[in-house]
Amino acid sequence: MAVNSNNLEKIDPVEEQVKKNIIMTTVDQALDYARAHSFWPVTFGLACCAIEMMAAGGARYDIARFGYEVFRPSPRQADLMIVAGTITDKMAPLVKRIFDQMPEPKYVIAMGSCAISGGPFADSYHVVPGADTILPVDVYLPGCPPRPEALIDALLTLREKVKNPKVVMEAHG
Amino acid sequence: MDKTTSLEEIITLLVEKYEGRLERVEDSLDAAIRVKDQLFFQVAKELKEEHGLDFLTDLTALDLGEGKFRGIYHLMSWKPYRLLRIEVDASGEEPWLPSITELWPAANVQEREVFDMFGIIYDGHPNLTRILLSEDFEGHPLRKSYVTKSRRK
Amino acid sequence: MSIAEDKILRTEELTLNMGPQHPSTHGVYRAILVLDGEYVQNMENVIGYLHRGMEKLAEARTYPQFLPYTDRLDYAAAMLNELGYVQTVEKLMGVELPERAEFIRIIMAELQRIASHLVMIGSFALDLGGFTPWMYCFRDREKILDLFEMVAGARMTPAYMRVGGVMDDLNPEFIPELKKFIDSMPASFEEYDNIVTGNEIFIARTKGVGILTAEKALAYGVTGPNLRAAGIGYDLRKVAPYSIYEKFDFDVPVFYNGDSFDRFVIRIEEMKQSLRILEQAIANLPDGPIQAKIPRVIRPPEGEVYHQIEGSKGLLGYYIASDGSNKPSRIHIHGPSFVNLGALPEMCTGLMVQDVVTTIASIDFILGEVDR
Repeated sequence: MAVNSNNLEKIDPVEEQVKKNIIMTTVDQALDYARAHSFWPVTFGLACCAIEMMAAGGARYDIARFGYEVFRPSPRQADLMIVAGTITDKMAPLVKRIFDQMPEPKYVIAMGSCAISGGPFADSYHVVPGADTILPVDVYLPGCPPRPEALIDALLTLREKVKNPKVVMEAHG
Repeated sequence: MDKTTSLEEIITLLVEKYEGRLERVEDSLDAAIRVKDQLFFQVAKELKEEHGLDFLTDLTALDLGEGKFRGIYHLMSWKPYRLLRIEVDASGEEPWLPSITELWPAANVQEREVFDMFGIIYDGHPNLTRILLSEDFEGHPLRKSYVTKSRRK
Repeated sequence: MSIAEDKILRTEELTLNMGPQHPSTHGVYRAILVLDGEYVQNMENVIGYLHRGMEKLAEARTYPQFLPYTDRLDYAAAMLNELGYVQTVEKLMGVELPERAEFIRIIMAELQRIASHLVMIGSFALDLGGFTPWMYCFRDREKILDLFEMVAGARMTPAYMRVGGVMDDLNPEFIPELKKFIDSMPASFEEYDNIVTGNEIFIARTKGVGILTAEKALAYGVTGPNLRAAGIGYDLRKVAPYSIYEKFDFDVPVFYNGDSFDRFVIRIEEMKQSLRILEQAIANLPDGPIQAKIPRVIRPPEGEVYHQIEGSKGLLGYYIASDGSNKPSRIHIHGPSFVNLGALPEMCTGLMVQDVVTTIASIDFILGEVDR
């Protein structure tokens, strides 16, 4: 519509279209916006939490609503690693390698208490006490295992973080 | 030998046959016998082939402290259902037990697990290597002498 | 037929690493395949990537403290692990249970068996490339998890059973919800049949693939549905009923080919039998206490005990050695997946690589239980 019905003042139709359809932003912001709304997690389950991660992809919780359902079997196509489960000493080098294979920019969610701190197995001789000893973790998601809703919340938290890198930097150093 | 003989009869028979080298474990909740390690393979074979206890359901070990170890075996037959525990004391500086992989392929992975966790050598095992832990792991974690260092932050 | 026999098409031997990060290895399992062209010449299991040292941790935990750890063994069948554990401790202590507690335990165990089988058939179909059946299975599984949440507060790791009974009585809404679930399942089975079991592609990819014969199964100590799919109808619930299973009327499904297809179908049949048990349990559920009188601090008498139950994947055994204190001197967990996995290399040798994926999915192992 080219006419503003309130004051019947004529508006240039081109200007109207410009107002409606063009957003001025920086390239960085646009890229962050795109990234934040479509993470591609790597299909990588370690333990119990992986089953809840699968459940999050199921019909009930349906993370496809948020655009995060594209689980990639290859780390080279993924930009998000959900560390879902206990990292053991035998597995730790491989987790690291999978992370290294992912292209930048990449993010890590530590899902469940094992990935945060070793959880109930923190005293064990074969368990790494937390994913953050080997990976840069972006979001910590507590629970044993966390519910699928909690995983969605973690993904949304990560979305905010990716969309507003400066705010996060100021708030958390 | 009838394959449906009761466990009590089998145990009595074995105790008589191998007097002094095989004994009944008294006051046990499950039927159990204790065998000397040299005799164990022979007894296991006899139980499998003559008494119908032909299913190895579980194989593990126990640390008795002071460097002594005991192999624990659970044999069973499905029909009629019978479950027998065999306890074998491992002797020697380096504890060892005869391998029963030949009788039950099921023992293969379980013996490897016990080797991994307790360091018990199974004589005659085709591939006695660590199974759960990596090759460069030091020590055998389920030994009582193994102390876990806490790595909590 | 081996390709190597054909001199023109002679190929070099190739070693292929599958896993530990691989979409169809169900966790962190690794297989080293030696290939001749497309055919597997030799296969080696590499496990231990999820070895969390539970048996060592148990030595520093009291008996009730160890219960939540059992949830994390076979995390697709937590209630069954709990059942095995508490029954073993009770056997050691000589506890008699009130009848209502036994009934509630059976209800939970059978629900969990259905949930575990649903995970299996769902991910089996997923491994063969069918995403929709997986959606259906997880949809039905959610209903069971809702029931668990209702009584225990948690979905997957409920820690609901206690030595001497269960944590809490059933909610008033539990039984009506359970009935709704039971009524909803026959329609779901029909859906699975239509979409998977009757699917031509599925049949072509699973019939006659990964055969495990009865003799091999017994020699390798394979138990549970995998054994019953090989023609041997041994189910501990029938052979040596524990808890109150002798009160229930149910059949043990048996299939005779021992291939991947049978291992799939038998799980659907077992779910139907579990539903029968559930119906009878609801009809006969008695009133009364849910907890036996046991000491506040659990100190079983000195001694050793072995107890096994029919888990969702086979015989789940616990060996507990007690020294009379409030902490076990040793707990050994006999996980059926661990032993079943031992038979896998034999089953896969001679198959094509794509059939290895089918076979791995069909024996249904959970790494938490394999590595412990």
